[in-house]
Amino acid sequence: MPPVAVAAAQIATLPAGRDTDMLLEVIDLYKAFGGVVATNHVSLEVREGEVHAVIGPNGAGKTTLVSQLTGELRPDGGRVRLAGRTITRMPTHRRARLGVARSFQITSVVNNLSVLENVLLAVQAHAGHNFRFWRPALRCRDLVDAAHASLQRVGLGELADRSAADLSHGEHRQLEIAMATATQPRLLLLDEPMAGMGREETVRMVDILNTIRGGPGILLIEHDMDAVFALADRISVLVNGAVIACDTPDAIRNNAQVKAAYLGED
Amino acid sequence: MDGALILVQLLNGIQLGVLLFLVAAGLTLVFGIMDFVNLAHGALYMIGAFFCAWLTLNLDSFVVAILISLPGVFIVGYVVELLVIRHLYHRNHLDQVLATFGLILVFDTIVHLVWGPAGLTFTLPDAVNGRINLFGITEFPVYRLLIIAAGLLVALGLYLVIGRTRIGMLVRAGASNRVMVGALGVDINKLFRYVFATGAMLAGFGGMIIAPITEARIGMGSDILLIAFVVIIIGGIGSIRGAFIASLIVGLIDTMGRSFLDDLMKLVINETAAETAAPAISAMLVYILMAAILYFRPQGLFPPKVR
Amino acid sequence: MNLKSLSPAGPNGWVMVITLVALVLVPPYTVLANEPFFLDLVMRAVILSIAAVSLNLVLGYGGMISFGHAAYLGIGAYCVGIPGYYGIYDGVFQLLLVVAVCGVFALVTGLVCLRTRGVYFIMITLAFAQMVFYAMVSLDEYGGDDGLVIYERSRFPLGGAIGDSITLYYVCLAVLVATLLLVHRIVNSRFGLVIRGTAGNDARLQSLGLPTFRYRLICYVIAGIMCGIAGWLLGNFTLFISPEMMNWIRSGELIFMVVLGGAGSLFGPVLGTGAFITLEEFLSGFTVYWQLYFGIFLVLVVLFGRGGLHGFIEWLFRRRS
Repeated sequence: MPPVAVAAAQIATLPAGRDTDMLLEVIDLYKAFGGVVATNHVSLEVREGEVHAVIGPNGAGKTTLVSQLTGELRPDGGRVRLAGRTITRMPTHRRARLGVARSFQITSVVNNLSVLENVLLAVQAHAGHNFRFWRPALRCRDLVDAAHASLQRVGLGELADRSAADLSHGEHRQLEIAMATATQPRLLLLDEPMAGMGREETVRMVDILNTIRGGPGILLIEHDMDAVFALADRISVLVNGAVIACDTPDAIRNNAQVKAAYLGED
Repeated sequence: MDGALILVQLLNGIQLGVLLFLVAAGLTLVFGIMDFVNLAHGALYMIGAFFCAWLTLNLDSFVVAILISLPGVFIVGYVVELLVIRHLYHRNHLDQVLATFGLILVFDTIVHLVWGPAGLTFTLPDAVNGRINLFGITEFPVYRLLIIAAGLLVALGLYLVIGRTRIGMLVRAGASNRVMVGALGVDINKLFRYVFATGAMLAGFGGMIIAPITEARIGMGSDILLIAFVVIIIGGIGSIRGAFIASLIVGLIDTMGRSFLDDLMKLVINETAAETAAPAISAMLVYILMAAILYFRPQGLFPPKVR
Repeated sequence: MNLKSLSPAGPNGWVMVITLVALVLVPPYTVLANEPFFLDLVMRAVILSIAAVSLNLVLGYGGMISFGHAAYLGIGAYCVGIPGYYGIYDGVFQLLLVVAVCGVFALVTGLVCLRTRGVYFIMITLAFAQMVFYAMVSLDEYGGDDGLVIYERSRFPLGGAIGDSITLYYVCLAVLVATLLLVHRIVNSRFGLVIRGTAGNDARLQSLGLPTFRYRLICYVIAGIMCGIAGWLLGNFTLFISPEMMNWIRSGELIFMVVLGGAGSLFGPVLGTGAFITLEEFLSGFTVYWQLYFGIFLVLVVLFGRGGLHGFIEWLFRRRS
């Protein structure tokens, strides 16, 4: 297709695409710490049901980017829109209720509770109405069923009654995914879900994420290139806080600029 | 309210502030560097007062008593760190609060055992037991001016040691990054022990210099400890500069509130209501201040940079 | 903490049942053995147990180390004393006053305290308690330092006055049982799950979409009111109140009772209070310098006694089976 025709096709599909398809839009996002620019006019988007991976060398500003999307950090400039609604300055828990869920780079589960209770909290957060003081949470059938379903999906069904503190590293990551999906998010932000995992655990995690895909839109931050190329529909490459390329996995693999800036160093 | 009274109360406020600083300095260092809550810090202030009072009564020399008491309290701090405190650094704050709460009971009872329940009083040497004319307006006790001077000197010394020397550099580094200090080949446990003992000595010094005015008595440590905590929380935990500024603010507000609040309130509400409410409010004033500051700055005025 | 330790089954469940039955039998025993002082001792332990159980809700389950809990005990007692000063002994009115004053005090101070973390929280709760303490010390109208004598116990429209000690004792015991039941239900409820979760990882709960501040604030208010009711009983029991009741030392003792029994266990605080009172009684009968041994014991418990009496009982049971 000649370039003009591509542009014409884009213009033709644009209004409809924006209304139905666009889940997360990051527009010209900017954040600096003192003199260091961590997020340099980043724009990217995640469509409904899409897996959009963000790769980049260490210190490229990936976690800073995620933190601005979840509301833990305030951007200095630019906008974040979720399904057409601007959420740039919204607090974390309100974004979460609009359907933004995340997993953490450093495993973050509630260690003094059981595995099931961890997921139950996530289900409760989605269900709302938690100012119930009398009826035991574990007797709320629908909540517990939903929590069990989430655990089954990530392969932790057997470990529901264990203390979260007793899980292995890989199991912690699986629990994180279970908690993130239990809120039935529209957008899932996964911050290096494979970090610190062995080969076998990584393969299992790719399988788990493959069963989730097609549901929520996923923004996947990851170092493991095999996993990224196995999962992503599109890939954005972040270097020094700026997006230098955004394309399909095949195109990124062959992009000379990306090779030079990033893959070449690897 | 006349000028002379305001001047006197201003100086009294500064004197209280300086005393608070002596207690708060050690507290904020131990707190900031080792993340350790030490409720027993006030007990060392009390021990200092009792050592000094007892020695003065026996040796008949206030100065000699102070010179002997200083290393005395340092050793007490050193031993307490060795026996109990060092086992608590890696515990949570709840454990630290409880264990040092237990230490208060131990110290109070030991003092009771050794010196009896009544407390110790002694009089100042004649040389400093007079009053001095201030700008022809009013008179002020010489000794209180000496306390202010001593406190300011300690503050200056501490500032120089922490800001300018290698030890001070290690102490500051220890506050932000223990692992790094360990990697520099410094025995961090030893450093902690000396910092703790020095903090104890400073608090003890506070107790020594106030003993001639207030007497040495059981419970004096707990009274000042609570206000010292207010000071370091207002100042920001771990900050010597914050502790110094907050000490003066708290000292001044407390003193001024107690002396002038009822008069001020009489301007707004009727006389009997002011006389009933003023003592209660002035007693609460520093706590109200702390609550207000924490509401707007949950980490105090000079929050620690790391952590 | 797993689910099993929250249900009344298991060794600690049996300890709870046996202890409560024993507490029911205390008044007949004291009458038969003619030991009225023993009833007073147990009654004090029961009342302080209620306070400890309420503190455990915020401290043990919610991870909020409140160092000012004795203030609620004092406020509750003054809600008997101050109306009594004006000749009002209506128990319903006094209890409503307890709920209102403790509730509002917890709400207002909680709004400030719960914005802070860690040591700042410990110290600011202490500061607020000191404010109440100094306020009552300075209010000469209500006795100031010397306190206030209460001439009559609370009266109720239908049941009459809680005149004799045995009636009051059973009222205290009933309140203790009710408090235990309430705390048990709360910590296992959806609300309680959030509260226990915030103790472990507050940030994670927020990122799940839970506004944890509100949950913690409500928990803080509930605990304050519970402790206020314990204070109301204490006022009725001692028939005398003074600011001394809310001295920060009292708050420290309450924390110790909770930790000694086992923070974050349902019945632990009751065991801890019982052990505390027993020890205090035993040591003070033995030497004037009992606080020395008490302090050493406290330090040793912190250094070596993990999980408190609750943990010890579980450990014993596990070892045997």
